[in-house]
Amino acid sequence: MYGKRLPILDAAGNGPAAGTAVEGHTKHATFEYLTTRKDELVGWARKFSLFPYPFVTACCAMEFMAVSASNYDTDRFGAALPRFSPRQADLLMVVGTVTQKQAPILLKVYEQMCEPKWVMAFGVCASTGGFYQNYASLPGIDRIIPVDIYVPGCPPRPEMVIDGIMRLQEKIANSRHPIINERF
Amino acid sequence: MTAPLFDRLREQLSPVEAGPEDQPSAASPVLCRGVQHKVLVFELTPDQLLPVARRLHDEFGFDLFLDVTAVDWPDAPLRFEVVWHFYSTTAHVRVRLKTRVSVQDCTVDTLTPLYGSAGYMERECHDMYGIGFRGNPDLRPILLYEGFVGHPLRKDYPKQKEQPLVPYRPPQSALVR
Repeated sequence: MYGKRLPILDAAGNGPAAGTAVEGHTKHATFEYLTTRKDELVGWARKFSLFPYPFVTACCAMEFMAVSASNYDTDRFGAALPRFSPRQADLLMVVGTVTQKQAPILLKVYEQMCEPKWVMAFGVCASTGGFYQNYASLPGIDRIIPVDIYVPGCPPRPEMVIDGIMRLQEKIANSRHPIINERF
Repeated sequence: MTAPLFDRLREQLSPVEAGPEDQPSAASPVLCRGVQHKVLVFELTPDQLLPVARRLHDEFGFDLFLDVTAVDWPDAPLRFEVVWHFYSTTAHVRVRLKTRVSVQDCTVDTLTPLYGSAGYMERECHDMYGIGFRGNPDLRPILLYEGFVGHPLRKDYPKQKEQPLVPYRPPQSALVR
């Protein structure tokens, strides 16, 4: 860190009046600015403001409610406030079995979301189709949309979901955010 | 325990005593199979369905239509067994009707004039087994979607055959978006 002691000026450009500075409240320039990479800054901001859209189709919804409620509380990870419009959301949580009949709807919801967007497959049905392998169910939502994080389990424990959210945050923090260009 | 209504039904609908090997025929179109799991069971020929259901509805007070479904016996000459269930909300008993149809002519009469709720279940049975219901004007898919080919609960439908509405993406590593 680089810094030097700077004079603290008020709006008129005057220094502190003699005797007004309280001991312990003097500012040090070391802590007045910091440097970082733009990708890291944007990633840090984005990873703590995930707005999930719950695409809830089946019994995993109970576990989704448990993980959002106060005992487990995804708000601690900045991913608590569900947006019920895909246009306002950036995390699509697909919770439960998706049938072939439901697949066009899921695709439409995904396409309505604005970039940046991430997808979590919540539960084994959304991840792989689970124990369904038949005419009716989609064998994993990654057949139709890209998936960032898979949380298997039937249903997954809330701890697993929280672990999934944290791994997704890690992924967001470490990825490129190309919206930041030379014109910033 | 048999309800007194069951004895009346038995003697009025199926007067002849049938052996277990007998099949419903033109001579004895309605056979009683006794009480199974507290349900009185009749087997009948397809042309007897409408008169018997009408008597159940009008005379015996079976006012609730529970279900119509089918059973696929792939090796039997009359391949599909269509099964109806009725319930009486006053006597609290159930009656089951069964009839057999062949795969070439798997059509039975509709019960929508008697029970309005039969429409949905006949649509489902048409979806899943391809049973036609003569006189039902609305047999659109209800659980399946437009464009689905075949009847998935028939035994000859391939177990893993999928008919996706959205084309699948090529398989990818989970590490690549």
